[in-house]
Amino acid sequence: MTTKVKAAIIGSGNIGTDLLYKALRSETIEPVWMVGIDPESEGLKRAKELGLKTTADGVKGMEPHIADDKVQLAWDATSAYVHQSNNELVKKYGVKMVDLTPAAIGPFCVPPVNLEEMVGRDEQNVNMVTCGGQATIPMVAAVSRVQAVEYGEIIATVSSRSAGPGTRKNIDEFTRTTARGVEVVGGAERGKAIIIINPAEPPLMMRDTIHCLTKDAPKQDEIIESAQRMIAEVQKYVPGYRLKNGPVFDGNRVSFYMLVEGLGDFLPEYAGNLDIMTAAGLRTAELIAEEIQRAEAA
Amino acid sequence: MNLEGKKVTLHDMSLRDGMHPQRHQLTTEQMVEVATALDAAGVPLIEVTHGDGLGGASVNYGFPAASDEEYLRAVVPKMNDAKISALLIPGIGTVDHLRMAHDCGVHTIRVATHCTEADVSEQHIVLGAKMEMDTVGFLMMAHMIPPEQLLEQAKLMQGYGANCIYITDSAGYMLPDHVTARVGRLRDELDADVEVGFHGHHNMHMGIANSLAALEAGASRVDGSVAGMGAGAGNTPLEVFVAVLHRMGVETGVDMWKLMDVAEEIVYPLMTHKVRADRDSLTLGYAGVYSSFLLHAKRAADKYGLKSTDILIELGRMKTVGGQEDMIEDVALDMKKAGAAE
Repeated sequence: MTTKVKAAIIGSGNIGTDLLYKALRSETIEPVWMVGIDPESEGLKRAKELGLKTTADGVKGMEPHIADDKVQLAWDATSAYVHQSNNELVKKYGVKMVDLTPAAIGPFCVPPVNLEEMVGRDEQNVNMVTCGGQATIPMVAAVSRVQAVEYGEIIATVSSRSAGPGTRKNIDEFTRTTARGVEVVGGAERGKAIIIINPAEPPLMMRDTIHCLTKDAPKQDEIIESAQRMIAEVQKYVPGYRLKNGPVFDGNRVSFYMLVEGLGDFLPEYAGNLDIMTAAGLRTAELIAEEIQRAEAA
Repeated sequence: MNLEGKKVTLHDMSLRDGMHPQRHQLTTEQMVEVATALDAAGVPLIEVTHGDGLGGASVNYGFPAASDEEYLRAVVPKMNDAKISALLIPGIGTVDHLRMAHDCGVHTIRVATHCTEADVSEQHIVLGAKMEMDTVGFLMMAHMIPPEQLLEQAKLMQGYGANCIYITDSAGYMLPDHVTARVGRLRDELDADVEVGFHGHHNMHMGIANSLAALEAGASRVDGSVAGMGAGAGNTPLEVFVAVLHRMGVETGVDMWKLMDVAEEIVYPLMTHKVRADRDSLTLGYAGVYSSFLLHAKRAADKYGLKSTDILIELGRMKTVGGQEDMIEDVALDMKKAGAAE
């Protein structure tokens, strides 16, 4: 039996904690470290209870143990501002990084669209765009696979409770990185991203709107079919990803109104934005872990 | 009410909030004409941006006739005394837009968030203050939370470096007592050198009454719009407000007669939508819905054979916030489905 690849979660907030619950179920990865910066952090306490080693001194607190504990993989769920230095540090020990911040140092990965392209490339750092990007870029790609998309625009609406301090501090990085992902991975010539945080109680479920402006008249039947296939792909790892309304065809505009219901691992089901990000981050890390296992077996 | 001898800085919204009823189609020539006339009438501060702020050009909010940069580069050099402001809503615009606006000579940056989400404005307020701009925090839909919570949010913005905080009645929902309580709380608790402002909508025809209440409670900046051109039933009509203020002995520095001419001879003739408290605008005010939804809801109602007031009431019930224009077609489609199922 191959041993699981040992991994560290950097960041003990909403995303890090949700990711931890999912990673504990993984068949290829074993989370062994949780790194935070606040000794009072709920996320660190929870991780400790679940048997992980923890530190409140940032990645430096874990550094002396990386080699001994055979950490080969890390997720960064902190913020774009500190990702670069986190990455530099773990890189020295040959650790592969799945970046869940919008720092976007490494190539973008949106699993249903381009995970397969990551195979064999041996990237040290892979970036998961943003939660809004994970929820919308597949639909832009579904259209651009059919025909040229001149402009792709996405509006991600998340509940206040699911938007942690990292997301809030990083709001510009969110819009910029998502817009770039709409272009680079979604295939739109130009991309635009908007994020709305809504404080309603009870919290609203993550909603995403995708508008594509096609170059020529939309090929409606092909777009509908491509969209259905893409939604099925996303549902493999986020079962609560669904088309609420649309596609609406209005001239050259193609619009999808999506709802993203989470698994409720950490935050309740409304926080689909967390789920789609952590599920995609885990899926990507598992692919990297499989490559590590193959390399070690060889 | 005695406001004798008070001073107020008036801020015109027609070339930003007024972009909503104009479907963002004001031309640079129209912008220059209105701004130049407002400048000549002594209006000290004029906002020029896409209706939804810098970077608002989109399918969601509407593509404007010209870019923010084109508008700003056309208007700013033409001003003699007036300063130009720009609106920035984090999540829509970024610090890149802020730098562009600063480069165009914009004097005042107004960073707008939903009233409970002030912490998304940190990057933008910090940069505005660092570039020594007049940096304003703009708390939208301020009717939705009580004064104490608004104060917490205002203090965040003050902490990032804003030198003025606005109570923004985006839905035109507030009555004068609401304004008094909110503006008063901020005035009592914020630093003495931080100004308090008020931005009204005229959906319940409370624009003037609310603005007076704001002044009495300690606001020193008040927004209005010449000819009332703004979202919903428009903003506080600026020339009317000036007339009232002058009767009350408030110093505005604005030439009322010239301002009346701007409304009558330039702005009324260019309006493509009748800005008034019609059924839909009054519904916005009554139900507490973001004023910019108005024309989007009318269009969705026409397209899907629904009543626009029904769409607006549903958006209010769902507690939508500023910027959620994408909900309008979605809600209309839901309502159409529900109607078909009955």
